Amino acid sequence: MTDTTVQLPQPSVRPAHADASAASARLDFEVVPLKGLPIVAVILTGLVVAIAANKLWPLVFLHVAFGAAWTIVDLFMGFVIGPMMGKLPPPARIQVATRLMPKMLLIMPTVVTVTLAAGWQLGTVMGTVDSSYYNHGWVVASYIVVGFMAVIALGLLSPANVAVLMELKKPKPNPQVIQSLMKRFIFAAGFTGTLQIAILVIMTRIRVG
Amino acid sequence: MNERTLPPVTQLGMASLALIVAGGIYLASYLPRQVPLTPAIILLGASALLLVVNLLLLGRVGNFAWGRFVAVGKWALLAYTITAGLIEFAFLRDGMSGAPLLVLTLSIIVYAVHVPVLIAFTVARYD
Repeated sequence: MTDTTVQLPQPSVRPAHADASAASARLDFEVVPLKGLPIVAVILTGLVVAIAANKLWPLVFLHVAFGAAWTIVDLFMGFVIGPMMGKLPPPARIQVATRLMPKMLLIMPTVVTVTLAAGWQLGTVMGTVDSSYYNHGWVVASYIVVGFMAVIALGLLSPANVAVLMELKKPKPNPQVIQSLMKRFIFAAGFTGTLQIAILVIMTRIRVG
Repeated sequence: MNERTLPPVTQLGMASLALIVAGGIYLASYLPRQVPLTPAIILLGASALLLVVNLLLLGRVGNFAWGRFVAVGKWALLAYTITAGLIEFAFLRDGMSGAPLLVLTLSIIVYAVHVPVLIAFTVARYD
């Protein structure tokens, strides 16, 4: 990964305009964007309907579309946004974080849940999760890689995401806490981004046989 | 930065989740054949034990922001209960039953409790 070291200055040496900028940003965001919740509800309802219907096309659509989104977001966060964030001045970094992180809080769990649930059901319909499937070794390899990604995402990414937002909401956010959590978030995103490359290799291998 | 000495909640939580995932992969990799459930039960038991240890260690921390922990944890618990429900629905839809379903359901419960604990802990530790 590129340099993700975030050099936030101590509050005492920050220029006044930076503090003012940070304070206005704090007041101007929701930790959970409420407008996004109905969209999430619609998507999850669509997932339940697709699983209940057990038809090939809806399952393929959900697995491929959301799986592609998951891969792209992970790669983009890990290798483009992450290194870029590390080079931004602190006030700009806070502005980006207050706009980006609440959206990530809704996007990532939704994308991951839909990809995995639709993928499992699709595998059941197509017989690819059956241990007698001729490419079963590659399928099990995908379970293992996704397992690593799940542990990193659930244990590091999600908690860091929520904690950064809660810290930014405080009257006096601690720059060192934000620096530490953002570093953790970007490192985890980069790691899962790297694992996404393995997933691309595995899925294309399964597809061509 | 908060320099309090806190138990390794994140590390234990990730180890617990890794055990759950390993059990799930073990069961899934043999489908639809019947497999000995003992390894999956051992992994589940170890994972649940780590959850209990984590909660006990956390409960012994003095001067912890429990208000913040509960405020964040309850919403995270709601969110992860919904995702856990979706996973369980997929298992039931596929006709899973008996002991494998029980093992997977208990695994999902550990997941749905432990992830909110990790989120709430990460927020509350800096309060």
